[in-house]
Amino acid sequence: MGDTPQRSAHAGTGGTGVATSHEQPAGASARAAERFGNPGRPGGDLGGGGGLPRARAFGAERAFRGLTMAAGTTVLVIIAAIAIFLIAKAVPALRANTESFWTFEGWFPNDDPPKFGIGALAFGTVLSSLLALFMAVPVALGIALYLTHYAPRRLGNGLGFLIDLLAAVPSVVFGLWGRDYFAGPVADLSAWLHTYFGWIPIFGDGPYGSSILLGSVVLAIMVLPIVTSLSREVFRQTPTANEEAALALGATRWEMIRTAVLPYGRPGVIAAVMLGLGRALGETIALALTLGSTYAISFNILASGGNSIAANIANRFAEANDTGRGALIASGLVLFAITLIVNITARAIIYRRREFTESAA
Amino acid sequence: MAKRVEAANVTAYYGGFKAIENINLTVEPKTVTALIGPSGCGKSTFLRSINRMHEVLPGARVEGNLTIDGQDIYDRDVDVTAVRRMIGMVFQRPNPFPTMSIFENVVAGLRLNGVRRKSILEESAEKALRSANLWDEVKDRLGKPGAGLSGGQQQRLCIARTIAVEPQVVLMDEPCSALDPISTLAIEDLMFQLKDKFTIIIVTHNMQQAARVSDRTAFFSIEKTGDPGRLIEYDNTQKIFSNPAQKKTEDYITGRFG
Ligand SMILES: Nc1ncnc2c1ncn2[C@@H]1O[C@H](COP(=O)(O)OP(=O)(O)OP(=O)(O)O)[C@@H](O)[C@H]1O
Ligand SMILES: [Mg+2]
Repeated sequence: MGDTPQRSAHAGTGGTGVATSHEQPAGASARAAERFGNPGRPGGDLGGGGGLPRARAFGAERAFRGLTMAAGTTVLVIIAAIAIFLIAKAVPALRANTESFWTFEGWFPNDDPPKFGIGALAFGTVLSSLLALFMAVPVALGIALYLTHYAPRRLGNGLGFLIDLLAAVPSVVFGLWGRDYFAGPVADLSAWLHTYFGWIPIFGDGPYGSSILLGSVVLAIMVLPIVTSLSREVFRQTPTANEEAALALGATRWEMIRTAVLPYGRPGVIAAVMLGLGRALGETIALALTLGSTYAISFNILASGGNSIAANIANRFAEANDTGRGALIASGLVLFAITLIVNITARAIIYRRREFTESAA
Repeated sequence: MAKRVEAANVTAYYGGFKAIENINLTVEPKTVTALIGPSGCGKSTFLRSINRMHEVLPGARVEGNLTIDGQDIYDRDVDVTAVRRMIGMVFQRPNPFPTMSIFENVVAGLRLNGVRRKSILEESAEKALRSANLWDEVKDRLGKPGAGLSGGQQQRLCIARTIAVEPQVVLMDEPCSALDPISTLAIEDLMFQLKDKFTIIIVTHNMQQAARVSDRTAFFSIEKTGDPGRLIEYDNTQKIFSNPAQKKTEDYITGRFG
């Protein structure tokens, strides 16, 4: 929080009596300085009557600036090189494609003539990620609030550590667990959902198994720790003064959270959610193991099927010929574009409210 | 409306550290009472015990008896949020809600009380801001963030926020320490007005201010660092400043402390 000039405590409050008593120590310290000369600076070349010292032509300052600038430039060069390489690979494959890259539902880049379309993959990527966030974010925020504002401190720290551990589990483990152990329960859940909520189009008919739902649940478990631990950091940073202000107005704990903690943490929470989304969009192996690898656009999240760009790359790279690789690289570029759009949107949301959060951040 | 505040043997701890010990004092309704004393003697701690804000800190607890018009505020059956609604507080450092506009800051307490009607909110906000001598400075930018105000303005905003809900007792912890002399006078005027309806307890390091605004003055002190703060003398302000009964009080007031 921007520390306002509140530190000028006691200044200007008093009448004359207070003012004179302040003058005393100020004068005293000035006298002390006179007596001891300029103790911090021996050497004598600094401030010794002559002009100001000249800027050093080659100092640590400059060296450091050069170093950081070089680092920054290197990143740009690497990014540009990667982009050029990817585009150079993707363009010939896109040229060779005999179907529409955007709308064709299928992936046969190795055939002659090659046919492939990104539509279903992009759709599956976005749908599974959004579903995962839809499930994970409320739970994550709940856990974060519990850990920071309800749980006893010890318990909070312990649980927080466990959650962080969850983030360290490799995604292939989640993928295998989802495929081998979790598919059964999710299939049962799917049947139940279809029976009772079948009138909602997304809960369509089977066969159940490796569905978007399964992939999303596994993804949700994977993004949960990231969103939780970042939100926890954010909530923990709420200034005590603001929490106390709310409490002193007679807020209950939940009202205090609503008036002080959540609004203050909003930009941070958005950032956390976006990082979670980034992870979900790019998640490869867990989805490659749990999705059905089909190439159709369907809103039925229960039926076997679904696919994502990253999972498709993992599944198909080994068998791909030259055009096939180009096609996969093109799909990777689309994933990159999606991620970029997500990030820009997040920034725009944060930026729109910056007037209110700048002093808070 | 105004309430009598009575403290009997109030002792407050921060974990194992005893910050104040055996404070006994009665604050009459419709008066201004000033708490003075050297830094660290427990003025803020005592003040925060009165609206049960002390216990918010982990490990902090209060012993003894605190009553408002005879009702024990530390009673098990008492709703702590009701206590805090009745006893408003202005903190030592201005703490407006950084994400809220000036207007929202002022009406935050009303909203917590369930007031939804726009007209009522606007009316109360204007009244509170006028009382806090801030209206003229902010009336054209009520929608702007409260954190964008100067320190002194922020403190007056916090005062407006506190009095907007019309608490019966108002606690102020050095409310003027960040204010210029003109705003300080305005706040002192405000205390005179509020005194008609409310009971006011104010912590101040400014002797002149204590002498100007308060009816009664309580002098707190500590023997040495690490000791708990105690109430040394509590009497009419006039008496304390002209003819204190205790030598310590006299030393402090005349600037011969420590
Ligand atoms: N959060 C805390 N945790 C532990 N000790 C605390 C805490 N707050 C205050 N204390 C201690 O309690 C004692 C009383 O503090 P308090 O803030 O009540 O003093 P004060 O009279 O208000 O001082 P000041 O005039 O500087 O505001 C001090 O010794 C202080 O160090
Ligand atoms: Mg204090």
